[in-house]
Amino acid sequence: MTAYLLKRLIIALATLVLASMVVFAVLEIIPGDPARLMLGLNASADQVEVLRNQMGLNAPLAIRYLHWAGGLLSLDFGRSYTYSVPVIDLVRERIVVSLPLALIALALSTIIAIPVGLYSASRRGRAGDAIAMGVTQFGVAVPNFWFALMLIYLFAVWLRLVPAGGFPGWSAGVWPALKSLLLPAVALALPQAAILARVARSALIEVLNEDYIRTARAKGLPYRAVLWRHALRNAMIPVLTILGLQFAFLLAGTIIIENVFYLPGLGRLVFQAITQRDLIVVESVVMLLVAAVIAVNLLVDLSYAVVDPRLRSRQ
Amino acid sequence: MKLWKTILAAAALALAASTSSFAARTDLVIGIPLEPPHLDPTAGAAAAIDEVLYANVFEGLTRIGPNGEVLPDLAESWAISDDGKVYTFKLHAGVKFHDGTDFNADDVKFSLDRARADNSVNAQKGLFAAIDKVDVVDPATVKVTLKNPQGSFLYNMGWGDAVMVAPESADTNKEKPVGTGPFKFQSWAKGSSITLVKSDNYWGAPVALDKAEFRIVPDAAAAVPALLSGDIQAFPFFDPDSVAQVKDDPRFKVVIGSTEGETILSINNKKPPFDKLQVRQAISYALDRKAIIDGASAGLGVPIGSHMSPANKDYVDLTGRYPHDVAKAKELLKEAGLENGFKATLKLPPPSYARLGGEIIASELRDVGIDLEIIPVEWAQWLDQVFTKKDYDLTIVSHTEPNDIDIYSRKDYYFNYDNPAFDKIIADLNLTSDEAKRKELLGQAQKILADDAVVGFLYELPKVGVWDAKLQGLWENAPIQANDLTKVKWSE
Repeated sequence: MTAYLLKRLIIALATLVLASMVVFAVLEIIPGDPARLMLGLNASADQVEVLRNQMGLNAPLAIRYLHWAGGLLSLDFGRSYTYSVPVIDLVRERIVVSLPLALIALALSTIIAIPVGLYSASRRGRAGDAIAMGVTQFGVAVPNFWFALMLIYLFAVWLRLVPAGGFPGWSAGVWPALKSLLLPAVALALPQAAILARVARSALIEVLNEDYIRTARAKGLPYRAVLWRHALRNAMIPVLTILGLQFAFLLAGTIIIENVFYLPGLGRLVFQAITQRDLIVVESVVMLLVAAVIAVNLLVDLSYAVVDPRLRSRQ
Repeated sequence: MKLWKTILAAAALALAASTSSFAARTDLVIGIPLEPPHLDPTAGAAAAIDEVLYANVFEGLTRIGPNGEVLPDLAESWAISDDGKVYTFKLHAGVKFHDGTDFNADDVKFSLDRARADNSVNAQKGLFAAIDKVDVVDPATVKVTLKNPQGSFLYNMGWGDAVMVAPESADTNKEKPVGTGPFKFQSWAKGSSITLVKSDNYWGAPVALDKAEFRIVPDAAAAVPALLSGDIQAFPFFDPDSVAQVKDDPRFKVVIGSTEGETILSINNKKPPFDKLQVRQAISYALDRKAIIDGASAGLGVPIGSHMSPANKDYVDLTGRYPHDVAKAKELLKEAGLENGFKATLKLPPPSYARLGGEIIASELRDVGIDLEIIPVEWAQWLDQVFTKKDYDLTIVSHTEPNDIDIYSRKDYYFNYDNPAFDKIIADLNLTSDEAKRKELLGQAQKILADDAVVGFLYELPKVGVWDAKLQGLWENAPIQANDLTKVKWSE
């Protein structure tokens, strides 16, 4: 178990270092000058040069990489070119939106997907299964911005239960803040739930064909008990893998939903920073996300060991 | 009996509640598409900065009014010397910055010297280029001496980039702007909204609104439900393509106004074959402005024939110079020795006027034998490749700066246009303050640009505003990009 953990940790650290080099190199190659973007069309070339010097953009590439990477080690993420505030402050403001949103969406998606998957798998080939799979197929196919707009028109414009968008901040109270995250969380969760339900169903069906399931049934265990105790647990590995991927996506890949609901999340911060060539923000946030994804993957790997004792004993 | 009493009491209460709601609202939520990168109008070109702060939080010596006119602001009056080189401004008395410090002539000197200093990062540093020195005569009087007479000096001082700042707060304005205006900055939830509240110690006419929140709504599709649900009550810069969804709704007012945004098909004048006049003229003949406006701007927008807003008092209508004429265009290409046509690239920045307009223009130019390859670019790429390195054939962009016909005389500007006769007119114009003479020079300048077909002049970008029908006082036009809230109030 310790060796297994250690190996995973070393791989995670190496990935981080490699990712930092790739992220930095790629972003430095793309064309665009943040100083020119800030000063616009009427500024002279000399003036742009003055600002570039003030922003420290004229130092050699390697020096700037070492400076940035060194900062990361001491958890100093640098200062935003455009906002001229520490990047960490920007991230802190956004994470209080993105993290709760991702967690709510993930919880919703799991609560919906697992029962649907169980139901479908246990009624494989029958009408209930066909209907459930038809609905999930629709859920996978429908563009989430369209779905989000439909939710807005129904719940915000027509029923006026929740705001059409925006985020009042947690300082406005827990309920108003949660209320504004509700629709986006649903819009994010349903397509994810559809995917997850389909994965859960096929994993369960595979497990249900195993010999030990027949044995369990043969020794007289009720079907429900077999399903929950034996089948679900064994089908968890693919489900956990997808959940891990979905969490990473929900944390930063939600730019479209953030735009439709004009939420100040991480996705929009990165998007804005890319268009304004606020490279330091892009680089640092991407690194944070890489770290988050690696951490989640590590957790998923560990949870495999929890659900599957064979992984524990093999090491 | 007791029941009756209860009912009466309840009715009275309900009545009281409803009458109190008849008192006019004093708060407003305004939707803006882009978030300002920071809140200092003197340190960045982003229009979003002025859209929040101009006239609301910051004020200048002069200001630009709703129709582009120059009005007194912090300077209540001024005198101009006979040679046109010395401007003596008389400042309003009793003006205070929002942090409580006094505004006086020292602040004027500080602001102007800061903007024109060597290390200045003012995005419109050119506005201050003519200033030779700034002298404080007394706390309420300041004397600005110019190197040469400049006809547009008072107008220049009305730009958002020329607002007055205090030495105590200038360095922190990006995060916490401190100005002299009727609203003071309250809070900025990054990525979400910026809130201004009424300033109690304002020197001028008090404003009707107590609180104004600018909420950032980047997606045009989200703007409509935000209006319909009442969350946001005004979008002064609305997406033209979404107008159809709200224009028949009596709860809203749709106001189509003018801007200073000349939308043009820019041409690299030094790059063959665009260095030939016939080729550029052929392009102008090939363009069908009506079709472009319909397709790229939902039919809103006024055609232009040169680089001047039709709302400008010095505008000359040159839209008839190159009527849509495919045969004529082909003939000109033949004269240029290009009867078999040629290939070129068209780089398109992100705004929809460029992306949609580009498709139409490419098909129109194909009709005369010019085969365009469309290359979509981001703004950062556009600024780098097109604007700075001049690595382009054709591009579409809206030049939103007001009164910017002089860009065609700038050395090294991305049009690569060089015409000494035009430069002479702009040089003369800079030295002229007489209105009639200026009008004549500006007329000549517009005509030269049209004759030379320097670029393909398309249309003036419309300002489409949508807001609650009970809201009054928002600007109809956008002579500068601003949301002046000083006259805004709710009716009833």
